[in-house]
Amino acid sequence: MVDYSWPPMNKRRVIGQRLNRLDGPAKSSGKAKYPTDVQRPGLLHAVILSSPHAHARVRSIDISAAQAMPGVEDIRVMSPAGTEIQWAGAEVAAIAARTEEIARDAARAIKVDYEVLPHLVKEDDLARAGNRAKAAGEQVTGDPDTVFRESGVVVHEGSYSIPVITHCCLEPHGSTIEYKGEKVEMWPSTQNVSGIGGDLARSLNIPVTNVSVHMDYMGGGFGSKFPADRWGTEGANMSKKTGKAVKLYLDRRQELTIGGVRPSAFAKVKIAARRDGTIVAWQSESWATGGVGGGGMPPIPYVFTNIPNKRLNHSAVSLNAGGARAWRAPNHAQACALTATAMEDLAAKLNMDSLEFMLKNANLTLRPETYRAQLQKAAELIEWKKYAHQRGDKTAGHIKQGLGIGFSTWGGAGHASNCRANIHPDGSVEVELGSQDIGTATRTAIAMVAAETLGIPVEQVKVKIGENSYPASGASGGSTTIGGVSSSTRKAAMNALDKLMDVVAASLNVPKDNLEAVDQRIQVKGNPDKAMTFKAACQKLGVKSISEMGTNDPKNPGGLNSQGASGVQMAHVSVDIETGVVRMNKFVAVQDCGLVVNPKTAESQVYGACIMNICAGLMEERVMDQITGRVLNADMEFYKLAGIKDIGEIVVHMDITPEHDRKGIIGLGEPPAIAGPAAISNAVANAIGVRVPGLPMTPERVLKALYGERSLA
Amino acid sequence: MQGFEYANPATLKEATALLGNGWGDAAVLAGGTDLLTLMKEYLMSPKRVVNIKGIKELGGISKSGAGLRIGATVTVDELMSNAAVRAEYPSLVQAGRGITSPQIRNMGTVGGDLCQRPRCWYFRNGFGLLGVKDGKSLVREGENKYHAIFTGQPALFVSASSFGPALVALGAKVKLASASGTREVDAAKFFVAPQNEGAREIALLPNEILTEIVIPAARGAKNATYEVRHKDALDWPLAAASVSLSMKGATVASARVVLGHVAPTPHAAAAAESLLAGKTITEAVADEAGKAAVADAKPLSGNAYKVQLARVAVKRALLAAAGKA
Ligand SMILES: Cc1cc2nc3c(=O)[nH]c(=O)nc-3n(C[C@H](O)[C@H](O)[C@H](O)COP(=O)(O)OP(=O)(O)OC[C@H]3O[C@@H](n4cnc5c(N)ncnc54)[C@H](O)[C@@H]3O)c2cc1C
Repeated sequence: MVDYSWPPMNKRRVIGQRLNRLDGPAKSSGKAKYPTDVQRPGLLHAVILSSPHAHARVRSIDISAAQAMPGVEDIRVMSPAGTEIQWAGAEVAAIAARTEEIARDAARAIKVDYEVLPHLVKEDDLARAGNRAKAAGEQVTGDPDTVFRESGVVVHEGSYSIPVITHCCLEPHGSTIEYKGEKVEMWPSTQNVSGIGGDLARSLNIPVTNVSVHMDYMGGGFGSKFPADRWGTEGANMSKKTGKAVKLYLDRRQELTIGGVRPSAFAKVKIAARRDGTIVAWQSESWATGGVGGGGMPPIPYVFTNIPNKRLNHSAVSLNAGGARAWRAPNHAQACALTATAMEDLAAKLNMDSLEFMLKNANLTLRPETYRAQLQKAAELIEWKKYAHQRGDKTAGHIKQGLGIGFSTWGGAGHASNCRANIHPDGSVEVELGSQDIGTATRTAIAMVAAETLGIPVEQVKVKIGENSYPASGASGGSTTIGGVSSSTRKAAMNALDKLMDVVAASLNVPKDNLEAVDQRIQVKGNPDKAMTFKAACQKLGVKSISEMGTNDPKNPGGLNSQGASGVQMAHVSVDIETGVVRMNKFVAVQDCGLVVNPKTAESQVYGACIMNICAGLMEERVMDQITGRVLNADMEFYKLAGIKDIGEIVVHMDITPEHDRKGIIGLGEPPAIAGPAAISNAVANAIGVRVPGLPMTPERVLKALYGERSLA
Repeated sequence: MQGFEYANPATLKEATALLGNGWGDAAVLAGGTDLLTLMKEYLMSPKRVVNIKGIKELGGISKSGAGLRIGATVTVDELMSNAAVRAEYPSLVQAGRGITSPQIRNMGTVGGDLCQRPRCWYFRNGFGLLGVKDGKSLVREGENKYHAIFTGQPALFVSASSFGPALVALGAKVKLASASGTREVDAAKFFVAPQNEGAREIALLPNEILTEIVIPAARGAKNATYEVRHKDALDWPLAAASVSLSMKGATVASARVVLGHVAPTPHAAAAAESLLAGKTITEAVADEAGKAAVADAKPLSGNAYKVQLARVAVKRALLAAAGKA
């Protein structure tokens, strides 16, 4: 039996090193080709005609004028007469033409007659949702009513909210597709290389083996890019009809309207603690939307789940707006924004330092020791002692400073993954997985695991991913990739090495079990003199390469990966109380994720998440218009995202300890993208002395919280 | 984007001859940072596009006794790095700084900045300049957090130009040329609040090119711009104020106070101007002027906060101009 377990921390040569991502130069020089860059001979450009109405029935659709335009090659009606449109932006037709400009002109020449129906696109006021709000049943734990009434208990009630935001992928959703006879070539922007071909094949009713998927790089997905989508299906249909490759990507407006959203969450919260700060009861009435399907209840109270007395009510509000797709840590950022804020308000009411309050209540979490240690580490990094003050910065002047805390938890176990490791007689090594690098440095991690296992330099490993002809590997969602691909790569490389050891053992005349692969040699354990170079060993293979599989079975990860990540984030902000403008001074993230393959790229992952947190905390929101039913800011001008100057100093601390390391690898995509908005909201409250109930912390909201409806100081 | 003819004239004479009498006939192309978007969104669909960047006489910044001449195709970046501008008109440099994208500062021109179309999201979504649908004002009844707070007219968008308020405060003039001649308009009169959907928000006619801007010599007047911005990166001011103060020793002889991004044109705050005459700028005086500047503001359902921002912008611009910020 081969022992796959990770080498002990102190024996690792590659894993744990701070390596640059292997594809960094290609990406920064523009050499890396993204799916949107793909050029094919005779390529047609396709666009989607979107519905201008949020709720309507298509009475008729006339494509004749568009079809007659020179350069138009094919038009597919996606919403035929009779179709009920449920949100503005919904796909009505797809048009393929020789140029994008012609396709767009043709889209405008399509005449659609709509019967306009009533719509609802805003959920901030639950009362106005009427029968569009569906209550989920009440959940009660313990006896909250009695506890809220007990003397000696301090009760706080407040309202909190976090709006719908979008994924706003830099590379929009879509693909280029080329039918060649029965076969289909697909270049999608996807998080799901192994699965998307099957999804497309199903919609086209062809065998999955007919679809070849190619994707070396992609420009962001964040949970929104798993399926082939209707865009893929129509692109394929148009390619089949015209015999040419068809490129169909959403435009920016569509990307922000129908490319997926993160659901909102609103809640009226009642929370109680004893005078010593121990939380004893929680009650919430929450509601959320993620489109027509409504929105589920975030897991509240978040992280501090063991509050003994709870009453939870939730309503899902159905809106005529583009639907939800997974967005980095589905429902967790919302849960944190409803929980950490209410906790901080309660701490303020108790006149307790919020750090002390969180530490005091850590026993209510599933991992008290970890959270305590992380709270303390984050406090040290943000200089809590130096900057902490009671609610409301009492110093003179119009700039007020404040500190705030947020926290997170996530699963992150590895997904099902297969890897094939090939060792060739010339000493070259390939690892093949039908996986993808969605910007997370997966490619680099795979190379590092193979190099560690085979005792060779990272550069000697050729990582082959991004093709569905490689052994199937899971989609990159839910922080499952690093655990999955590292484990399958480890196993495949071990299995291949085992075969190579057979040859070396015979040649050196030693038992195979006595051998190890280090420093580009296969040697007798601890005896470099009794050895053969890796290359020489491979030459012994003659004409026959080694090709071995490795599989990560999520039901039996064998200690290579597991789940359960924790994190704490803190924000230090300055608020101009004359203008309501909030500036980020410093943002700290402390994060564990088990065994860390590459601390540098892991930190990058957390940095990226921190920036997204700052966007969501300070400026990012979808603006819906109830009259027209449209998204008003489906552009990168009023859909506000942070630039370099807006993010302040970001400090990332990876919580790498022997205890965490022993758990094996845990995913990192979601965990750091949770706590920030809550931490920022708390920091603003700490600075200005009042809670701004709704995120993000815009000047408009801050001034209203400070001075009331008229916002006048 | 509707197909168009592209013209690349070398002289102003050639260029004006290529323009027509309707907006659909031809469009002037300067940096293209706004025009291209407008064309892609079918908000402007000219039959001909006339590139003016090849016309030498439209470029350059020059100083004479009478003041400063800024060519229409001078880029935002060129303007901001010009020594004469930096020395005498910090107000313009501060306004330019607010155009936070280096790419736009490199491509966008000063003429284009004055002629750019409003960013009102109803206008940009195809509901017209006045944003009226089925007889209803979308702006009044819908989402108006970035709209006007001086609202006594049908147009409720805000003038987009950051240079506009500064140039109005500095008493600049704008020169316009057509095939039949040239005319000069006060910057204050160049911006107009359209009264009906067909009207335009600037005095420019379809057959005209904005050729240059002339700013009278500062003669010791102090000027400054202050913008309140939500973001530091790529964003629009939520409210802004440009001021120009003619001084008599330590006291203000006369003041120009012009608000930006709060009305369909740069908004001169007469009450603040008269309040300042004869005063020394102190924190209290500046605050009083800010209050006076917004006294007659009538915000919409969702932008009361902009009244506070405009008031603070005036105060801070005055303190900056007086060197007390
Ligand atoms: C995200 C974003 C943020 C921005 N922020 C700001 C800001 O904060 N403040 C600000 O002021 N601006 C801002 N801008 C706008 C930018 O400054 C303008 O787009 C730019 O100045 C326009 O200049 P241009 O030369 O590119 O004009 P073009 O795009 O070439 O032209 C714009 C319009 O003016 C007309 N035009 C141009 N020049 C002339 C001329 N000489 N005579 C007659 N007509 C002419 C064109 O026909 C067209 O209608 C921002 C833009 C973006 C995209």
